[in-house]
Amino acid sequence: MIADLLTLALVLAGATFFLAGTVGLLRFGDPLSRLHALTKADSLGLGLIALGLMPQADSLWMALKLLLVWLLVVAGSTAAGQMLARFHLRREGAADE
Amino acid sequence: MNELLALALAFPLVLGALVVVLTTSTRAALFGFFAFGLFLALAWVALEAVDVALTEAAIGGGATGLLLLRLNARLHRKVSLGEPAGPRLRILAGLLAALVALALGGLLLALPEPAPSLAAAVVEPLPALGIGNPVTAVLIAYRALDTLLEIAVLLIAVVGIRVLGADRGWGGRPVPWPTAGPSPALVFLARLLVPAGLVFAIYLFWVGADAPGGKFQASTLVAALWLLAIMAGLAPAPRTGGGWTGIALAIGPLAFIAAGAVGLAATGSFLAWPEPVAKPMIVAVELALAASVVVALVVLVAGPPEPEAGR
Amino acid sequence: MTGFLVAMAAFVAATAGLGLLRLLRGPSAVDRMMAVQLAGTAGAGVCLLLSVAQASPALVDVALTLAVLAALGTAAMSRSGHPARIDAAGAPPAAPREPMGKR
Repeated sequence: MIADLLTLALVLAGATFFLAGTVGLLRFGDPLSRLHALTKADSLGLGLIALGLMPQADSLWMALKLLLVWLLVVAGSTAAGQMLARFHLRREGAADE
Repeated sequence: MNELLALALAFPLVLGALVVVLTTSTRAALFGFFAFGLFLALAWVALEAVDVALTEAAIGGGATGLLLLRLNARLHRKVSLGEPAGPRLRILAGLLAALVALALGGLLLALPEPAPSLAAAVVEPLPALGIGNPVTAVLIAYRALDTLLEIAVLLIAVVGIRVLGADRGWGGRPVPWPTAGPSPALVFLARLLVPAGLVFAIYLFWVGADAPGGKFQASTLVAALWLLAIMAGLAPAPRTGGGWTGIALAIGPLAFIAAGAVGLAATGSFLAWPEPVAKPMIVAVELALAASVVVALVVLVAGPPEPEAGR
Repeated sequence: MTGFLVAMAAFVAATAGLGLLRLLRGPSAVDRMMAVQLAGTAGAGVCLLLSVAQASPALVDVALTLAVLAALGTAAMSRSGHPARIDAAGAPPAAPREPMGKR
């Protein structure tokens, strides 16, 4: 019962962050702002979803795998944010076609 | 499968396809196709084909995507796609495409229900083979010949890559990733992901016997990780021919053919193995194939060789 | 619970699809890459949700694969160095002097 409530709350929160991240990606005026929306909100959303699914997992092994997915996405998003920002600054915002 | 879910998974796919077809920007088309590959993996999930979804995620995210981005990187200036086609040609192309789509749709709706299936026949001998995953059984036990031909196709593609390079660079290293040094974030990422990813790849290789996974997905992942290491400047790109590359490329198909010959000698049919040795032979052949697929994929994505200084 | 998770999966997938609008519009390459990054992350999320909803543990492996490979595309793009200050004649950047590991 508690597990189900936890899942409901966390997954819902995660999905909300996902939506917020995507709305930011679509609506912010500057690539760097959009980068913030993407790398922070979306990976947080995924983390909340993964956390929310852990109570539903069949075994400890499965729960740890869920956690691993989140950790990898966080590492990936963080590095990706850095790389994209450096790339953008290097090109001084020169728009391609 | 829930209709809503199927629709929701198909929506990004169709949108991605529209983006790729309708956009006028080359870069948008390239990136769009990359995203399309990732959404295609979700579509396979919607069709409940997890093995294919795993392969599509690995290839679309790791190989095809990198290939497209490599292409994007080497388009130094705006590429003219030639004169746009005249209206008559466009209408003709549109009609043909619509015809194909209608034919496919008609065929799909005309399929018999329930679909005739060999699934029961496939599943029956599985315990004797010691394999729990029917997809793996089809790939390596029932249709091993197809898998042999698949690696042959990969090798032909590698030969194609070698041929694309300048004569002076024959068999040399591929064009390196361009100038600016890798950012510290990338080096960090490579140092973190490569070991973790290798462990995951070994897991995928082993679990393929009983659950979705197997040699091809594991090899694609390893190839993608190697490419990550190359991009981070932590590993050299393989030469496109000769030396270790040649050995690695050859070992897979040779092992497969040798195993087939063994089968021929033992049971009278090429690639038919007597029951007690079937499992170890399958594992040995898969290991050899994995090495070949890894090297082949890295060579394919890294591209044609460039002339080395002083050659 | 299953229905809820499936609905959430559909929602996340739709969100990723919306990101494609940025891919179409986004003036710079960075914008387009972000849409691809979103596709990967959202894909992992969808697979996680569905693996629990459909009791299919293999889908977590798909999610893991997407997670590992998510940043690879960005890495490849960020290494496409045609820096803003390119040769006036438009020549491609000179071959790098950096040693590519052991030769």
